[in-house]
Amino acid sequence: MSVKLMQGNDAIGWGAIAAGCRFYAGYPITPSTEVAEILSRELPKVGGKFIQMEDEIASMAAIIGARIGGLKSMTATSGPGFSLMQENIGYAAMTEIPCVVVDVQRLGPSTGQPTAASQGDVMQARWGTHGDHPIIALSPTSVRQAFDLTVKAFDLSEKYRTPVILLADEIVGHMREPVDLPDFKTIKIFEQNVTESPATYKAFRNTEDGVPPLAPFGVGYRYHITALFHDEVGFPTQRLDEVDPWVERVNSKLEKHLDDISLFEEDIQDGARVAFLSYGASARTARHAMKVARKQGTKVDLLTLFTIWPFPEDVVEALGDRVDRIIVPEMNLGQLAYEVERMVGRKKVRRVGRANGEMVTPQMVLDAMEA
Amino acid sequence: MDETILEAHSLEAGEGLIPQANWFELSETLQKLRKNKKFPTIWCSGCGIGVVMGALIRAIDHLGLDNDQVALVAGIGCTARMPVYMDFNTLHTTHGRALAFATGLKIARPDMKVIAIMGDGDALAIGGNHFIHAARRNLGITALVVNNSIYGMTGGQYSPTTPLGGRATTAPYGNIEPPFPICDLAVAAGATYVARSTVYHALELDKYLAEAISRDGFSVIEAVSYCHTTYGRLNKLGTAADMMRSLKDNSIPQSALDRLTPEEKAANTKIVRGKFIDTPRPQYTQVYSNLITRVQGGEL
Repeated sequence: MSVKLMQGNDAIGWGAIAAGCRFYAGYPITPSTEVAEILSRELPKVGGKFIQMEDEIASMAAIIGARIGGLKSMTATSGPGFSLMQENIGYAAMTEIPCVVVDVQRLGPSTGQPTAASQGDVMQARWGTHGDHPIIALSPTSVRQAFDLTVKAFDLSEKYRTPVILLADEIVGHMREPVDLPDFKTIKIFEQNVTESPATYKAFRNTEDGVPPLAPFGVGYRYHITALFHDEVGFPTQRLDEVDPWVERVNSKLEKHLDDISLFEEDIQDGARVAFLSYGASARTARHAMKVARKQGTKVDLLTLFTIWPFPEDVVEALGDRVDRIIVPEMNLGQLAYEVERMVGRKKVRRVGRANGEMVTPQMVLDAMEA
Repeated sequence: MDETILEAHSLEAGEGLIPQANWFELSETLQKLRKNKKFPTIWCSGCGIGVVMGALIRAIDHLGLDNDQVALVAGIGCTARMPVYMDFNTLHTTHGRALAFATGLKIARPDMKVIAIMGDGDALAIGGNHFIHAARRNLGITALVVNNSIYGMTGGQYSPTTPLGGRATTAPYGNIEPPFPICDLAVAAGATYVARSTVYHALELDKYLAEAISRDGFSVIEAVSYCHTTYGRLNKLGTAADMMRSLKDNSIPQSALDRLTPEEKAANTKIVRGKFIDTPRPQYTQVYSNLITRVQGGEL
């Protein structure tokens, strides 16, 4: 394809089309609305369906319902809508229905500042819904990566039967960059492969990799789906010998596949004693600061996380073993820095947080090297 | 069929869905129940929800639908536990959201018969917004609302259909909020088939449900039931049998109401059983399918 100037939200829309998303349900909210606009236009062209629901709760419910009907599905929102979606995100996690939820983060709490940038939903993405559950969250740093990670989000959601949060932010969402998108025909993502007959099919059985294949409704596999604790065929249960295996399987299924799920980029300088660790739009700040520091003769490691959840514990722990100080710039008051501190201890971590709608500046990162 | 039975259920001769010969042998129909599901149900002895389940099974059986082509989508509550016992594609969702999940499923699979099963609190309090919007869109879904005037599963709190003055655990001095008229709301919001009957009039429910499911658009069936365990106890309404009998005594068919004088009609306090609208208009998934064709054909 040819190089085009587009914004991150456009790239997310195209990523969904490329990944085979054929159902979108959403509710307008700044700064995510362009995703809905582009998909309302493009989905019918490829035989897909778009619906603007009455609220975000319904949007989240509808995409789960559509995926149960066999269509890959997505919604997009921002902080307030993301809050409303949480109960049904938990439903998707509990019932293991693949779906993609785009959260173009804006400044909160509450209504906050709709057009201002933020990374304030990092913890909401992990723990916004109640109860212990697995979740994947990916965070793009550029327009092209917004496309790639949207495709990846669909791939991971299908492969591991889990909701995947695309944790974008207002800057990446509204920023325009020239991108050369790949030919969509070359894009392959994981497809469910149900080999059992309807008579023996168990939608929630324990498999070696922890992820049983998902059959859609209406093709002969008549089974029950509930977000009550359920047995292998989906019937509600309170029996510990059925609840415990579920808790074990579902809460460990992502850990078993971290090599596939954990996406990050390391730029290492031998002998560096300080590292910048960041993600999303703030990773651009960190990269700029790294260049300045290196030009000034200071050795610096740069770790950019594209997968936020599950948190890449081993990678960050190894970084902590190499350097004395890890500086974490982010557009919140230290949400991901908490995780870094958990891995390497508080003494090594410097939070460079900002929660007023402005980006962290490279100078703020450089200043933290001295502080 | 016995004429008194027909009369009691406002049916014409030959209108009953199950031939009399099979009245006590529901073998065909029972095949719609799940063989591997543990019974009995979670419902209290004497509950009316089982009657509605029976009516639903008979209606689907009457229509000759393939079990694979039927999806039952429920929210949370006593009524919402109904799908798990039946051998269809069954989805037990979150409280109030049955119609929102059903919306996605129906759009993904327009060929399937999607039936949303909800209680009064599920459909009209927490799910009220989805109820009116599904009706407005005329999505091809049948909304089956079992109205027992109370939150049963949580122990008897007042709901959007609790009668004025009725006592509930959260209305210890009597309910001060007027109830929603479910069928009026559905008609006003755009539903294209709306009917009401009661769990006493099971055969009438069979008939209305079968009609509703056979329609293309958004259809609503209000099945008036009772909760003797909570509402009945709190309001001293007697046993399940007493409350069942009261549905017989305190309801009136629309056809009988029509024969009354205007004054008598205005004074009527009985539950009106009948069909309130049966007027098709374009169904959402069909309209969207046409849109896809036109977009792909370069017309739009």
